[in-house]
Amino acid sequence: MNVLTLSQLQFAATGMFHWIFVPLTLGLSILTAWMETKYVTTGDETWLRMTKFWGKLFLINFALGVVTGITMEFQFGMNWSEYSRYVGDIFGAPLAIEATLAFFLESVFIGVWIFGWNKISKKAHLVSIWLASVATNVSALIILLANAWMQKPVGYVLRNGRAEMNDFLAVLTNPYGWIKFTHTLLSGYALAAFVIMGVSAWHLLRKNETDFFIRSFKLAAVWAFVASIGVAVTGDFHAVEIARTQPTKFAAMEAQWETQRGVGMNLLLLPDVARECNAVEQLCIPNAISFLAFHDANAEIKGLKDFPAELRPAVTPTFLSFRLMVGLGTFMIIASLLGIILSRRSNFADQRVFLSVMVFAIPAPYLAEQFGWLVAELGRQPWIVYGVLKTADAVSKSISTTQVALSLLGFTVLYGLLGAIDIFLLVKYAKKGPDTDLSTIINVQGRG
Amino acid sequence: MDASVFQIIWFVLWGVLWAVYFMLDGFVLGTGFLSGVLAKNDTEKRVLINTLGPVWDGNEVWLITAGGATFAAFPTTYALMFSNLYSALLLLLFALIVRGVSFEFRSKLESTTWRTSWDIAIIVSSFLPALLFGVAFGNIFKGIPMKNDFATLNFTYDGTLIGLLNPYGLVTGVLFVLLFAVHGSLYAAIKTTGELSARAAGLANKLWLPLLVVAVVFLGYTYPATRLYDNFLKAPLLLIVPLIAVVSLLLVKVFAVKGAQHKAFLFSCLTIVFVVFTGVTGLFPNLIPSNLDPASNLTIFNSSSSLLTLQIMTVVALICVPTVIAYKIWVYRVFRARVTNEDITGNSEAY
Ligand code: HDD
Ligand code: HEM
Ligand code: HEM
Repeated sequence: MNVLTLSQLQFAATGMFHWIFVPLTLGLSILTAWMETKYVTTGDETWLRMTKFWGKLFLINFALGVVTGITMEFQFGMNWSEYSRYVGDIFGAPLAIEATLAFFLESVFIGVWIFGWNKISKKAHLVSIWLASVATNVSALIILLANAWMQKPVGYVLRNGRAEMNDFLAVLTNPYGWIKFTHTLLSGYALAAFVIMGVSAWHLLRKNETDFFIRSFKLAAVWAFVASIGVAVTGDFHAVEIARTQPTKFAAMEAQWETQRGVGMNLLLLPDVARECNAVEQLCIPNAISFLAFHDANAEIKGLKDFPAELRPAVTPTFLSFRLMVGLGTFMIIASLLGIILSRRSNFADQRVFLSVMVFAIPAPYLAEQFGWLVAELGRQPWIVYGVLKTADAVSKSISTTQVALSLLGFTVLYGLLGAIDIFLLVKYAKKGPDTDLSTIINVQGRG
Repeated sequence: MDASVFQIIWFVLWGVLWAVYFMLDGFVLGTGFLSGVLAKNDTEKRVLINTLGPVWDGNEVWLITAGGATFAAFPTTYALMFSNLYSALLLLLFALIVRGVSFEFRSKLESTTWRTSWDIAIIVSSFLPALLFGVAFGNIFKGIPMKNDFATLNFTYDGTLIGLLNPYGLVTGVLFVLLFAVHGSLYAAIKTTGELSARAAGLANKLWLPLLVVAVVFLGYTYPATRLYDNFLKAPLLLIVPLIAVVSLLLVKVFAVKGAQHKAFLFSCLTIVFVVFTGVTGLFPNLIPSNLDPASNLTIFNSSSSLLTLQIMTVVALICVPTVIAYKIWVYRVFRARVTNEDITGNSEAY
C-alpha cells in the first residue's frame, strides 16, 4: 500500500466515523429545540422531561461529532497538501467561514444550554438551543457547499498553478450544494426521528412510561415520514443533477455500460466489471431511468464504455451503495407511515411485532447515510475535484507510508475505542429512561 | 488597495487568532493537567471540570478558526505546515480528541475505575497539547528544514518528529507548559471556592518563579537560535511588545501575592497574548521560515490566496469576529459565579 491508498482509507474511515454522529446531531438538536419550545409555550412538564431525556442522548452523541470534526479539518493539510495548495483559494474560505459563523455559535450556546438550566431565564434557555441547532444546520450547509464544489466546481479560473476564485457568489449558490444540503439535512432529521421511534418502541415493549414514549413516538413518526419523503424527492433531484454534471458517476450508480436511449430500470441487477456488462438483469421497468434522470422517457444515457477505463469509478460498490440507500429509503417511508397510523390507535402499546421491528430499524437510516457518502465520494473517483484534479495528484508529498500507516492504525484503535464507549453510554442512558425528578429546574426557572 | 495590504491584515489576524486561542485554551489545558494536583477528591475534580464545562469547546473553536484562516488566507502555508509536521499534529489531534470526550464521559458512570481512567486521560491529554504547541512554535520560530521552489512548485521537507525535539523547541515547550500551568491555576483559583481555590492560588504562586526563569532563558536563547530579533533591531519601537509581555508577567506575581486573583489572571491573559505577539512580530513577513535557505521561507507574499479571496475573508472576519467576541463575553458573564460543591451534587446536567 502506498501513501495515496492509505490516505484514502484514512480519510474514508475518519469521514465515515464523523458521519456516524453528525446526522443524529443535525436531527436531534432541532427535535430537542422543538420539544423545549412546546414546554415553554404550554408549560406541560412532560415536554420538559422529553427535552431532558432526548437532549441527554443528543449531548452524548454530540461530543463525538465535535472531536472527530477536528480531524477532518486537519487532514486536508496533513494528507492532501497538494489538494489544499491547489484549491485552497476557494476551498479554504468555506472552512474558515464555517468556524467563525457556525462552530462558535454552536459550541458556545450548547455550553449555555447544558449548564444554564438554572442560571438564565426559560426564554433565554430556549433561545440557546435554537441558536445552537440553527448553527449546526448552517455548518452543514457551508461544509456541503465546499464538498459540492469538489463535485461540481464553479466560480474559478486556473491561474498561478492553482484554481483561484473569481466568483464567490457562484460558489455559494452552487445548485449541487443546495440539493446536497436539503437531502443531507432531511436525512439527518429522518435518522433522528427513527432513533426516537426505536428507543420509544423499546420502552413501550416493556411498558415503561407509556404516555411519555407514545407522545415521543407520535411526534417522531410524523417527522420521520415527512423527512423521508423529502429525502426521496431531493434524492431524485440529486440524481438529475448528477446525470448532467457527472456522467461517469451516474453510469456507475445505474451500472449502465452502453450508451442508449430510453433506458429502463432493472430491479434485479448485478454488474460484471471484468466483462464490462451486467451478469444479471431482471424485472425491467421500461424507460424508467431515462425518465427519472432527464424527465424524458427517451433521453440518452451515457454508458461507462464511452469513457476510458481509468476515468471510471469503481462500479460495483457505487452501484450497490446507491441501490441499498434507495432501498433503505423506501423502507423508511413505509415504516414511518405505518408508525403514524398505528401510533394513533388506542392499542398502540400492544403492537408488539411492529414495535420490535422499529427497534431493529434503528440501524437502517445509519446504513443509508453511510451508503450515501459512498455513492457521492466513490462515484467521483478518480477525481478529487471532478474534471479538474485527480485524487492521485492531490496527496501530500512529504509524508511517508510508515507515517500514514501508523496514523491510520492510531485512528482505528482510538476511534474504535471511543465509538464503543459512546455507543455503550448512549444505550445505557436510552434504556434508563427519563428522570422523574425535575424539581431543581422548575423551582429555579419558576423565578426566571 | 493592493494585495499586500490584505496580506498584512491577514498576517495580523493570524497572529491574533493564535494568541486568543492560547489565552483561552491555555487555562483549560492548564487546569486540566493540574487537576490531579489541585483536586483532592471526586467532588473537587468535578468542580474543576465544571468550571471548564461551559467554555472548553468554544475555546477550542479558536484553534479550528486559526487553522481555517490559515487555509483560506495562506493555503500554501496551511498545506506545507500540516503535511510537514504530520506526526506532531497527529499526536496533538489524538490528545485533543481524548480531552474533549473525557470531560463529557467522566461522570457518566459511578464506577471508580471508570472515573480514575478518565482523570488520567484528562491529565495526559491536556499536558501533551501544551507541550506540543510549544515545541511546534519553537520550531516555527527557528525555521524548519524545508526547501521550497515557488516557481516550479517543488516542495521538499527532510525533518522528523525527533528532529523537532531540539533544545530550543524543548525550551519553548517548557515555556508553554509553565505559562499554561500558572494560567490554569489562576483560573481554578477564581472559579472555585474554599480550600480548592486557596490551593490553586498557592500553586500559581509557587509556579511563577520557574516560569520567570524559563521565560528569561527563552528570551536569551532566542537570540542565537532564531532570527526573531532582526525585526526588533530594525524597528526598536516594536520592543514594546515583548516589554508588555515581561511587565504583565511581573504583575501576575504582584497581584497573586496580594491575593487579587482576578487581576493576576487578567495579566496572565496579557502575558500569553504578548508572548505570542512577540514571536509573530519577529516572524513577519514569514509565516514559517526555512532553516536551510531564506528563499524557501513561507511568507505572507508567496503563500497567500488571491486578492479576491482575501477581500471576501476580510469582510467575513469583520462581521463575525466582533459578534463572536460579544456573545462570548456575555457567556463568561452568565457563568461568572464560582462553581461550588452544591452546584455539582444537585444537578443532573453537571459533567
Ligand atoms: C437516511 C439517509 C438517506 C436516505 C434514506 C437516502 N439518502 Fe441519498 N444520501 C444521503 C442520505 C440518504 C447522504 C448521506 O446525506 C448523502 C451523501 C452525500 C450527500 O449529499 O448526501 C446522500 C447522497 C445521495 C446521492 C449522491 C450525491 C452525490 O453524488 O453528490 C444521490 C444520487 C442520492 N443520495 C439519492 C437518493 C435517493 C434517490 C434516495 C431515495 C430514497 C436516497 N438518496 C435516500
Ligand atoms: C462526513 C461525511 C463524509 C463521508 C462519510 C465521506 C466519505 C468519504 C469516502 C468514503 C471517501 C473515500 C473515497 C475513496 O476511497 O477514494 C472520501 C474521500 C474524500 N472526501 Fe469525503 N466524505 C464526507 C464528507 C466530505 C466533505 C464534506 C468533504 C469536503 C468538504 C470531503 C472531501 C473528501 C476528500 C478530500 C476525499 C479524499 C480524496 C478521495 O479519496 O477522493 N468529504 N470521503
Ligand atoms: C470533511 C469535511 C468536514 C470537516 C472539515 C468538518 C469539520 C468539523 C469540525 C472542526 C467540527 C468540530 C466543531 C467544534 O469543535 O464545535 C465538526 C463537527 C461537526 N460537523 Fe463536521 N466536518 C466535516 C464534515 C461534515 C459534514 C459533511 C457535516 C454535515 C453535513 C458536518 C457537520 C458537523 C456537525 C453537525 C458537527 C457537530 C458539532 C459542531 O458542529 O460543533 N461535518 N466538523
